[in-house]
Amino acid sequence: MDAKTGFFYLFSVVLLFAAFRVITARNPVHAVLYLMLAFSQAAAVWLLLQAEFLAITLVLVYLGAVMVLFLFVVMMLDIDVDSLRKGFWKHFPLAAVMGCVIALEMAGVLLGGFRLIDAPHTAAMTQAISQGAQYSNAQELGVLLYTRYLYPVEVAAVILLVAMLAAIALTLRQRKDSKFVDPSMQVRVKARDRFEMVKVPATRKAAAVDAAAATAQEKSA
Amino acid sequence: MTLTLGHFLSIGAVLFALSVIGIFLNRKNLIVLLMAIELMLLAVNMNFVAFSHYLGDMHGQVFVFFILTVAAAESAIGLAILVLLFRNKNSISVDELNTLKG
Amino acid sequence: MSATLSATTLLAVPLAPLAGSVIAGVFGTAFGGNLIGRRLSHTLTILGVFVAFVLSALTLKSVALDGARFSETLYTWMVVGGLKMEVGFLIDSLTAMMMCVVTFVSLMVHIYTVGYMEEDEGYDRFFSYISLFTFSMLMLVMSNNLLQLFFGWEAVGLVSYLLIGFWFNKPTAIFANMKAFLVNRVGDFGFILGIGLIAAYTGSLNYAEIFAKTEELAQLNFPGTDWLLVTVISICLFIGAMGKSAQFPLHVWLPDSMEGPTPISALIHAATMVTAGIFMVSRMSPIFELSDTALNFIMVIGSITALFMGFLGIIQNDIKRVIAYSTLSQLGYMTVALGASAYSVAVFHLMTHAFFKALLFLAAGSVIMGMHHNQDIRWMGGVRKYMPITWITSLLGSLALIGTPFFSGFYSKDSIIEAVSESHLPAAGFASFAVLAGVFVTAFYSFRLYFLVFHGKERFDQNPDAHHHGHDDHGHHDDHHEPHESPWVVTVPLLLLAIPSVLIGFLFIEPMLFGDFFKGVIFVDGEKHHVMEELHEAFHGPVQMALHAFGSAPFWLALAGVAVSYYMYMVNPALPRAIKSMFKPVYDLLENKYYLDWINENILARGARALGTGLWKGGDQAIIDGAVVNGSWKFVGWVAGVVRWMQSGYIYHYALVMILGIFVFMTYFVWLNK
Repeated sequence: MDAKTGFFYLFSVVLLFAAFRVITARNPVHAVLYLMLAFSQAAAVWLLLQAEFLAITLVLVYLGAVMVLFLFVVMMLDIDVDSLRKGFWKHFPLAAVMGCVIALEMAGVLLGGFRLIDAPHTAAMTQAISQGAQYSNAQELGVLLYTRYLYPVEVAAVILLVAMLAAIALTLRQRKDSKFVDPSMQVRVKARDRFEMVKVPATRKAAAVDAAAATAQEKSA
Repeated sequence: MTLTLGHFLSIGAVLFALSVIGIFLNRKNLIVLLMAIELMLLAVNMNFVAFSHYLGDMHGQVFVFFILTVAAAESAIGLAILVLLFRNKNSISVDELNTLKG
Repeated sequence: MSATLSATTLLAVPLAPLAGSVIAGVFGTAFGGNLIGRRLSHTLTILGVFVAFVLSALTLKSVALDGARFSETLYTWMVVGGLKMEVGFLIDSLTAMMMCVVTFVSLMVHIYTVGYMEEDEGYDRFFSYISLFTFSMLMLVMSNNLLQLFFGWEAVGLVSYLLIGFWFNKPTAIFANMKAFLVNRVGDFGFILGIGLIAAYTGSLNYAEIFAKTEELAQLNFPGTDWLLVTVISICLFIGAMGKSAQFPLHVWLPDSMEGPTPISALIHAATMVTAGIFMVSRMSPIFELSDTALNFIMVIGSITALFMGFLGIIQNDIKRVIAYSTLSQLGYMTVALGASAYSVAVFHLMTHAFFKALLFLAAGSVIMGMHHNQDIRWMGGVRKYMPITWITSLLGSLALIGTPFFSGFYSKDSIIEAVSESHLPAAGFASFAVLAGVFVTAFYSFRLYFLVFHGKERFDQNPDAHHHGHDDHGHHDDHHEPHESPWVVTVPLLLLAIPSVLIGFLFIEPMLFGDFFKGVIFVDGEKHHVMEELHEAFHGPVQMALHAFGSAPFWLALAGVAVSYYMYMVNPALPRAIKSMFKPVYDLLENKYYLDWINENILARGARALGTGLWKGGDQAIIDGAVVNGSWKFVGWVAGVVRWMQSGYIYHYALVMILGIFVFMTYFVWLNK
C-alpha cells in the first residue's frame, strides 16, 4: 500500500465518520462542526485527485463562508433540541435499511457499469505528467471557464447577486426611527380624503333678532 | 492496491446514502436538513471530480465549480428563510409549519 | 316570335305597392309622426296598386298575345356551397294571369276600403298593410325560385297575421291571428322540408334548373324506404299548400280569420293568399305529375275539404262565416282538380273564384255597413229594398258561385267535376261523389244566405244586441234602424267585380283550358293522366257547354239546392228549427266544427305546453342546471376534498415522499429496467 492509498483511506474514513456524526449529533453546533470536518476531508481527497483549485475553493468557500454562516445561524437561534429528536431512534432501523439499500444499489451500478482501468492514461493526464510541476489545475480550469463557459460564469455571478439580494430582502428589518411615506400611497390620495367643501350662506337673517335679544338679556342679567 | 475509480465513487455513494438517511431521520429539524443537503451536494461533487480525474476531462471540474456556486447561494437563502421563520414562530420545528395545509 | 319584357317594368309591379305601403305606413301613422293625412295615404297606396295593375295588364297582353316570356335573375343574394339564393322573376302565362288577378282584386279592395274603414282610427295602417300584402303576393307569384316563393309565402302569412289582428284590442282577434299564424307554420314546416329535399337532390332552388332534373329525380327513392323521392317531396310541398290554402285538417284558421275587417277577408282569405297553395302546386306540376300517390293524397284531402266544409256552411249565422266556409269548400274543389292532374282547370277556377268570392265578401261588407255592423243574418232580411246595388251584385256573385250556366263559376266548376269523373286515380270515386254532393250543399247555403239577407221579412228590430249601437258612432245616419245603400267607393268595386264574375268564364275557358295559354308552363304527363285530353275532346265551345249542362247532374243538383233553401227559409221558416231539434247530435257536431278546434286547443296545444313544461323542469332545471352545471362544480369540489388530504402542510411529509420517490426510481432503474 503506497502513501497515496493510505492517505485516501485515512481521509475517507474520517469523512464518512464525520458525515455520520453530522446527521446523528444531538447538538446542532456539533453537527456543524462535524460538517466542517467532513468538508475538509473531502478537500483533502480532492487534492489526491489532483483537483487543487477545487479543493482550495472548497475550503475557502464552504469552510470559510457557508459553514461559518451555518454556525452563526445555529448559535443565533434558540432551538429546543429535544422535541426535534423525538422519534429519532424509532425510525433509525428503517432509515438504516434504506440507506444500505441505496448504497448497495449504487454499488451495483458501479460494478455493473464502469469497467475502467486503474490508472488514468488519457492524453490530458499524460500531458500533465509530462509537464510535471508546471502543470497547473487552476490554469486548465481557467482556460475552460473563460472561453467555453463564459456565459455560465456570468449567469453564476448573477445567481450569487440574486441570492445576496434575496437574503437581505427577506431578513431586513426596518429602522424604527425612520419616517417615510409610501410613495404609492401619496400618489393615490384623493382630494375628498383631505378636503371637504361645505356650502355656508354668506348672510343669515332673523336669528340675529333673537341673538340680539338674548345678548341684551345676558347684559341686563 | 491502487486506487481505482470505484473507490471514489463508493465514497460518493455512501455519502449520498448517509445524507438521505439524514433527511429521513431529521426531517423535523430544518438546520440538519440543510446540512444533509450540503452533504448530498458534496457527494455529487465527489463523483464529478473523480470522473474528471479518471477520464482526463476538465469539464467535470467546471461543473463542480458551478455546483459550488449554486450550493452556496442556496444555503444562504435557505438560512435566511430559516431565520425569518424563527423570528415569526420562535421555533424551527417543522411540525408547526403547516399553514400550507390544503 | 317571343318578345321580351322589360325588367324595369316588371320590377315596378311589386315595388309600386311597396313604396305606397312604406310611405303610408311610416309617414301616415304615429310611427313616422303623422306627417301625411288620410287622403294622401289612400291616394298614394291606391296609385301604387293601380300602377301595378296597369303594368300587370300590359304584361299579360304581352305574354298572351305576343308570346313574351321573362326568366331572369335580377340579384344574387348569396351563394352558399353550390346553392344560389337569388331574386328573380319568371313571367309566363300563369304568372301574368295571377299578377292581373292579384292587382285587380287588390285595387278593388283598396278603393272599397276608403269607404269601409272611414270611421276607423287605424286607417293609414290598414292601407299600408294591404299594399304590403300586394307586394308580398306579387313577389310570390313572380318568383323564379323556391326561396323567393317562400319569402312571399311567409310575407303574406305575416301580413295576414297583422290584418286579422288589425283591431288588436279585441281578444278574439288576437286569438285568431295567432291561430292563423301557428296553423300556417305547421304547413310551412312541411313546405320547408319539401324545399330542402329539392335543394338537396337537385342542388338548386331555381325552377328552370329543378324542372330540368325531374327525370333523374323520378328514379330515386327516399333513402331508407322504398317510397319514391318525388312522392315525399310532393307530399311535403302539398302540406305547405294545405296550411296556406286551408285544406283539412289545417283549415281551422280560416273561419277565425273573419275577425279581421271585411276588405281583407275579401282580398286575402278569398281571392289571393289562400290561392297561393294552388298556385304553388300548379307551378310545381312537373314534380307532382311524377307521383300518383301524392296526387291521390291531394285529391282525397281536397274532396274532404270540399264536402265537409260545405256542411259547416249550412248552419252558420254570421254572414262572413258562411262565405268563409264557402271559400274553404271551393278551395277544396281547386285542390281536387289539382289531384286529377287538371292543373289548368284548378287555376281557371282560382281566377273565377277570386272574382266572385271577393265580390261576395265585399257585398257582405256593404251589408254589414248598412246594418250598422250587425253581422248576424238572423237579424237581417228584406235588405233588397234598401241596398239595391249590393243586392244585385250579391245575386250575380251567388249565381256564379253555384255554377249557373253561362256564369263564370259554371265553366270552372263543371270543368272540375268532369275532370274528376274522367280521372282514373283510385281516389277519384270518392272525389266524384264529394264534388257532386258539394254542388247541392253549395247551392243550399249560398241561397240560404241570399234569402235570409235580402228577402223575407225585415228582422232588424229583433236583434237582442242592437241597442248598444249608440248615436255617437253613427252620427251621420239619421235613422239607425233602416239600412241604406253604401257610398260609391263601396258600390263601384262591387260593380267592377261583378263584371268578370259573369263574363270571364265564358270568355276565357277555351284559350286557357284547351288552348296554348299554359303551354310549357303547366306540365301534364299526358300518358298517365289524360284528363285534360278527354276534357278537350268533350269540349265544343262555351255556348255548347252551357246548353249541355241543362241536362247534366250538377245543374239539377244546384237547382235542387236553391229550391230547398227557398222552401226552408222563405216558405216554411219553422222547418229549419224543427230539423235542428230532430237532428240535434248532427247539429252539435257541425256547430263544434267537428270538434277539431276542441282537439287543437285541448289536446295538441295543452300537450305541447305540457311537453314544454316537462322539458323545462326535467330537462333544463334538473339535468342541465342540476346535474351538468351544478354537478360539475360539486364533483370538482369533491375531488378537491379528496386530494386535499394529501396536502398536510408539513415539510417533512413532503421530504419523506421525495425520498421515497427517489428510492423507488432508483430501484426501478437499477434493478428492473436493465
